Amino acid sequence: MNIKELYQEIILDHGKNPRNQKKIDNYSNDAKGYNPLCGDNVHIYLKLNENKKIEDICFEGSGCAISMASASILTELVKGKEDKQVREIISDFLEMIKEKEELKNSILNEDEKTKLMCLSGVKQYPMRVKCATLSWHTLTSAIDNSSKTVNTEN
Amino acid sequence: MNIGEIKKEFPIFDNKVHNHDLVYLDSANSSQKPRVVVDRIYDFYTKEFSNIGRSVHYLAVAATNLYENTRLSVQKYINAKDKNEIVFTKGATEAINLVASTFGQKYLEEGDEVLITELEHHSNYVPWHFLRQSKKINIVFAEINENGEVTIEEIKKKITNKTKIISITHLSNVTGAILPIKEITEFAHSKGIPVLVDGCQGAPHLELDMQDIGCDFYAISGHKMYGPTGIGVLYAKEKWLNDLPPYQGGGGMIKEVKKNHISYGDLPNKYEAGTMATAQVIAFNESIKFLESIGIKNIQKHEQELLKYTLETLKKNNSVNIIGNPKNRGGVISFTINGIHPHDIATILDEDGVAIRAGHHCCQILHEKLGLNATARASLGVYNTTEDIDQLNNSINNCIKIFNL
Repeated sequence: MNIKELYQEIILDHGKNPRNQKKIDNYSNDAKGYNPLCGDNVHIYLKLNENKKIEDICFEGSGCAISMASASILTELVKGKEDKQVREIISDFLEMIKEKEELKNSILNEDEKTKLMCLSGVKQYPMRVKCATLSWHTLTSAIDNSSKTVNTEN
Repeated sequence: MNIGEIKKEFPIFDNKVHNHDLVYLDSANSSQKPRVVVDRIYDFYTKEFSNIGRSVHYLAVAATNLYENTRLSVQKYINAKDKNEIVFTKGATEAINLVASTFGQKYLEEGDEVLITELEHHSNYVPWHFLRQSKKINIVFAEINENGEVTIEEIKKKITNKTKIISITHLSNVTGAILPIKEITEFAHSKGIPVLVDGCQGAPHLELDMQDIGCDFYAISGHKMYGPTGIGVLYAKEKWLNDLPPYQGGGGMIKEVKKNHISYGDLPNKYEAGTMATAQVIAFNESIKFLESIGIKNIQKHEQELLKYTLETLKKNNSVNIIGNPKNRGGVISFTINGIHPHDIATILDEDGVAIRAGHHCCQILHEKLGLNATARASLGVYNTTEDIDQLNNSINNCIKIFNL
């Protein structure tokens, strides 16, 4: 595997200029995540409406290109979707990053799936998988509005 | 000294990493092992194995002698007064925990101060934190200066009449700063304060003379010293080992056990409870012989020259920021590259077979002080060459290219 398959243009772009990296006012849910191995940290803020649809999502944090790109792509893909759909996307992503070849869900369109699959290169780098999954675990925690910090080592 | 010949004594370099020759720049984390050490473990288990210190049969006596021979080698290597001042532990971490626990139990009370530095590895902070929790002691941090070193003046400034022990690193595993441990010990002793030195990074690279340094305790990691994992050494002045209570209870550390009374064994058994890492201790003797065969002065000279070359090479690279600039330093070089996280650097370097460490290197206090979440770190060993450093620099340039900086 070539290192450039891990650090694709889209990853480098999102890593350098993460989208939705700010704090939103009047958020309804939030959660923090921490990867003690790398020092990556994210804090996800959500605005869920009465139908449990994500009206807005932003994050604050710092970390490696993989973790920041993953968080950035995540915010783009789940905005406007309902919590049940988002949970399905999260588990689909986590299964893909661990073992499955493809994304199975029917919620994301092909372009969105292609964008998400750019993170699949991380599979070849077991020590870096947690960088990619941190924000996704944290998103679950934010939807649950759990006050417990997500820790990739627990 | 011929580094090419020395490198050949390390079987790991016969292997390729991602189809590249291995450039191993992570010796501050753990060093590679010469063949004599690896073979010694195999030979012991296949031809000589027995538990030590218990049975009277042939193998037990021979194994006990081999184990004790390592103690004698260590004593000689660090110039301890007596072999009983050498206690084997599972690592430097356990050596520091042993002192913190037993010294703390006997001598520390609420409000007492333990003086450490901002450079300390977590293994020389967390054991004292336990006492902060259980005995309400205070931990005082001597601060680093702009060069990433801790001066004797700073240590003097932080000593109060509540300071009961000073516990400091010999050589920082982040900035490479070598602390003036002899001067610190002299000053501390003039105030009646004992000194523990965390020698994890010092022992593999610097000449050690306990009589010259004068410290009360010195902790050594075996696996950073070209030896096996699972063993370390606590050097402690005999008066302390006689004075402090035992650390762990179990077989081997007792003299007599009755239902209402237990007496403890003589030194060094008092601090070696249970079956020790026998094979590793015996193989560690080969590590010491290996270091002696090259000569620590030659190793120091080689590593200082290579350090100079590394600093010159990396300073020429405009994208690289080197962390700290201590006047007296060892072969540890931490750095950052603007726009690339250290973990991304480490992953990209690894693809070229270049092994470095990235993260906080178990020094979160220091990284917080430096305002950094993580750094990349190249650390030198006896087997490293200028070619290794050239490859490091080429791979760093490749990182910069991949990230379009």
